[in-house]
Amino acid sequence: MADTSPLNAQRPRRLRQTSLMMEVGIVIVIALLILFVVPLLLTAFGQEFRINMLGRFMALAIVALGIDLIWGYTGMLSLGHGVFFSLGGYAFAMFLQLQLPEGELPEFFTLYGVTELPFFWQPFHSLPFALAALILIPALVAALLGYLVFRNRIRGVYFSILTQASLIVFFHFFNSQQELINGTNGLKTDTAKIFDVYAGSDQAQSVFYTLTVVGLVLAYGLCRWLTSGRLGKLLIAIRDDESRVRFSGYNPTGYKVLVFAVSAGLAGIAGALYTVQSGIISPKTMDIAFSIEMVIWVAVGGRASLVGAVLGALTVNFAKSILSEQFPEIWLFFQGALFLIVVTVLPGGFVGWLRTQGQDLFRSLIGRRRRLMTYPRLAEDPEVEYERQNLRN
Amino acid sequence: MLTSLFNSFFDGISIGSVLLLSALGLAVVFGLMGVINMAHGELMMLGAYTTFVVQNAFKPLGQPWFGAYIFVALIAAFLVTALLGLVLEKGVIRHLYGRPLETLLATWGVSLILQQFVRSVSWVMMLGLVVFCGFFFGAMTLLSRRSHFQRIRGWAITMLLPLSAGIAWAASSTLGQKYQLAVTKPWFGAQNVDVTAPGWLRGGIRLLGAYQMPYVRLFILSLTIICILGMYVFLQRSVWGLRIRAVTQNRSMSACLGIPTQRVDALTFALGSGLAGIAGCAVSLLGSVGPNTGQNYIVDTFMVVVVGGVGKLVGSIAAAMAIGIANYLIGANALSPLVAWFPPLANLLEFFANSSMAKVLVFALIVTFLQFRPAGMFPQKGRTVDA
Amino acid sequence: MSDKILEIENLTVSFDGFKALNQLNFSMEAGELRVIIGPNGAGKTTFLDVITGKVQPTTGRALFKGKNLRSKSEHRISRLGIGRKFQTPRVYLKLTPRENLDLSCNRHKNVWATLLGRPAQSERRTVAGLLDTIGLATKSDIPAELLSHGEKQRLEIGMLVAQSPDLLLVDEPVAGLTDEETENVGNLLLTLAEDHSIIVIEHDMEFVRQIARQVTVLHQGAVLCEGSMEEVQRNPQVIEVYLGQPEDSDG
Repeated sequence: MADTSPLNAQRPRRLRQTSLMMEVGIVIVIALLILFVVPLLLTAFGQEFRINMLGRFMALAIVALGIDLIWGYTGMLSLGHGVFFSLGGYAFAMFLQLQLPEGELPEFFTLYGVTELPFFWQPFHSLPFALAALILIPALVAALLGYLVFRNRIRGVYFSILTQASLIVFFHFFNSQQELINGTNGLKTDTAKIFDVYAGSDQAQSVFYTLTVVGLVLAYGLCRWLTSGRLGKLLIAIRDDESRVRFSGYNPTGYKVLVFAVSAGLAGIAGALYTVQSGIISPKTMDIAFSIEMVIWVAVGGRASLVGAVLGALTVNFAKSILSEQFPEIWLFFQGALFLIVVTVLPGGFVGWLRTQGQDLFRSLIGRRRRLMTYPRLAEDPEVEYERQNLRN
Repeated sequence: MLTSLFNSFFDGISIGSVLLLSALGLAVVFGLMGVINMAHGELMMLGAYTTFVVQNAFKPLGQPWFGAYIFVALIAAFLVTALLGLVLEKGVIRHLYGRPLETLLATWGVSLILQQFVRSVSWVMMLGLVVFCGFFFGAMTLLSRRSHFQRIRGWAITMLLPLSAGIAWAASSTLGQKYQLAVTKPWFGAQNVDVTAPGWLRGGIRLLGAYQMPYVRLFILSLTIICILGMYVFLQRSVWGLRIRAVTQNRSMSACLGIPTQRVDALTFALGSGLAGIAGCAVSLLGSVGPNTGQNYIVDTFMVVVVGGVGKLVGSIAAAMAIGIANYLIGANALSPLVAWFPPLANLLEFFANSSMAKVLVFALIVTFLQFRPAGMFPQKGRTVDA
Repeated sequence: MSDKILEIENLTVSFDGFKALNQLNFSMEAGELRVIIGPNGAGKTTFLDVITGKVQPTTGRALFKGKNLRSKSEHRISRLGIGRKFQTPRVYLKLTPRENLDLSCNRHKNVWATLLGRPAQSERRTVAGLLDTIGLATKSDIPAELLSHGEKQRLEIGMLVAQSPDLLLVDEPVAGLTDEETENVGNLLLTLAEDHSIIVIEHDMEFVRQIARQVTVLHQGAVLCEGSMEEVQRNPQVIEVYLGQPEDSDG
């Protein structure tokens, strides 16, 4: 989290462990609050529909974590995460569609005169397969695409454009294959039955809500683990100077493929969680605009900050739902302005602002003097002295 | 069979020429500044809407004059989009040089704003916008004459922004109440609008057999050729073209030699945007025009830039033609008769034989191509690349 | 064969017909400190580019410890034991000097080892020792972007050493440094030369005199002459192309 803060001196291990425990505690408390208190509060204020909304937006926050991993840390801007999101969503929706009495086909097949289940639907009868598929299929697709691209040292805007093109390609594929996956109409999930409960029922929805919270916490933990150690430093190094990394003896291709695949897997999970809570998955989620929106969540929250990514996804989406309820015309203007402002005025996003100017502003508001940044005089820092003596003996 | 292949080849060229025309501006801008302009498609869309406006202005003039509107529209589209490009460069892109990914996002923001703008622009909104700009920038210019401007700049902006926004909103809402629908009605609305081609562009000439080549397509083809020739002459023969080429090859060296790189950037961007306007004008002849028109073109045009390589016109030409022809050959299933002796391949081609699925296969081909030529067809060589 | 650490045979590199290197032959013993000089455009940096795998030779070959380096990618060559310092210091600006060194120091550079492995105690000790050697111990935990130019140069040399390569390629290590810093870097290189083979490319003649034992002069992509500093300085050809105008030669 605090990787980019200049003041974060490396503390002795004991101190670091305490702060790690603190972080775990805080995350768990927040998760419990969201699980048990927030729904009660929203119900009390008569805003019950917002619970479902919060659930969906937390699913989107998982995507944001993945985007932050590849863009904020590794510097690869993917404009095609809608593909992985949708693949995850479709994988789980296919499982739900198949929860039918023996011998029946999902309804839409009969409309197009298909009498036999296409071969690639067969394995989706099994829940474990579907669960594995909704992570692994996006991850493998990303790994393959990433390998083919990174291997040739295609990067920067070229990578962005290629991911966007792949998005369009997947869109066209899903959109035009009516006999295989119901084309434009997509797959409905809320009328499907899972464990003898309708997926759209309150009971199932509250389970999905809980799963989303758990998923978000786990995703946060995973990203935190990936970015904290040596790998995280290497990702930042790749972002700053990829060709230099090669001369240090690392092959960036493998690392980039790994984080791209992890990020896609997260998007897949998010897609599945989002789909069951919104009741449908359709090629619309592979719209160009939606994938770029994912990037702006991260940009608003703060790049290279996992908390920022989550906060950004939640705030932008709530702002979107509120603004487009009240003034549908304004939303696009607002979103466009958001892109411009975040990129030009707030390149560090909200968290980045908090770490720098925000602190100063706060200090001046409560009447204290501004913090002065000078060259740190670490030579006189007892902690550093201690460490040096311990390591050299 | 040969004629049908020849015909689809020609169709491919005409699709490729549209692609090339729209990619031309993008390629020049990307080659020079490394900027991917996501709003390029929206600039095309504005060019198309400009054509629509010009056409409506010519309608009352009657037949002989109406036929010539397209030439006026071409010029108008070029000017409008070039001007907008200039504003965009000065207002946004200039501050983001050296950060290509951020530029990409910022221009995407611009494209969203432009899309919504054509949907909801009305006299009221125009007035509000003019009043706002007048007050805000007028006051800023006045203030900037003061000696302590730098110190009060932040405060000035925070004060002036809501103030001028308030005045603009008040002015436009009074106007809106007074004249009601006459001024609040959107100019274009969210629906698509139609541009009718002038009479002399309807119909077509017969080529081989029953095949007909529409005049509109021929017009676009010749427009593309004229644009490319114009670009070529401008880049190779004029002073500014020389400067543009110099900056494309080595920005900092050019700056040292006294080339005003900032003005070169502004000029190039305006030029690229103007070309987008012309492309938009051409596109409007092919079908109806809506706020989302631009979106349909951006990905294909980006592919042209990626496949063609940076900094050479010939790369863009070859790539546009290759992608256009490939798209058409696959989409129209023109190749399967040739491979009929090998059913699996023919079946495979059959599967991809519609315009959507053709895109899938073409993308696969592009990724395969990039495995062999990662820097495109005509890469730049030398030590400076990938420093 | 085996005591030669680097052998270059008939190496030609051409960019679109322009020959940056032209039939270059070069060899050096293990444990040697070699300085390469030459006027601008002589092909010095391209020479390093070929050895490190950044540029592929058009014809000819480069052998490192008898192994052909052709079509090996940069990271493989680096793992073979060739380290490179760049003309302008290229350190990871957002990381601290400690993290910079730690990344270079890592012995297992594949994905899984980096992900799952923890820095070994010995590696931490190496890093701490190196921070002392390059004089950055007190600034080990601030982002490298806050370091001065000279400190970045030293940090990059430190990163090179942390890789513990057998052959160090050092491109203009003292460009833009003060006299005192230059001498420090010179001493650092001389210390390193005790157990590494080093190739130094430099324009600064004072500095070359301080460290040089064997000097190779490149001109127009080929070796012009080779020998000790005195021999090279007396060579009429060298005087003509290079040392003849000492005043404007340190570009």
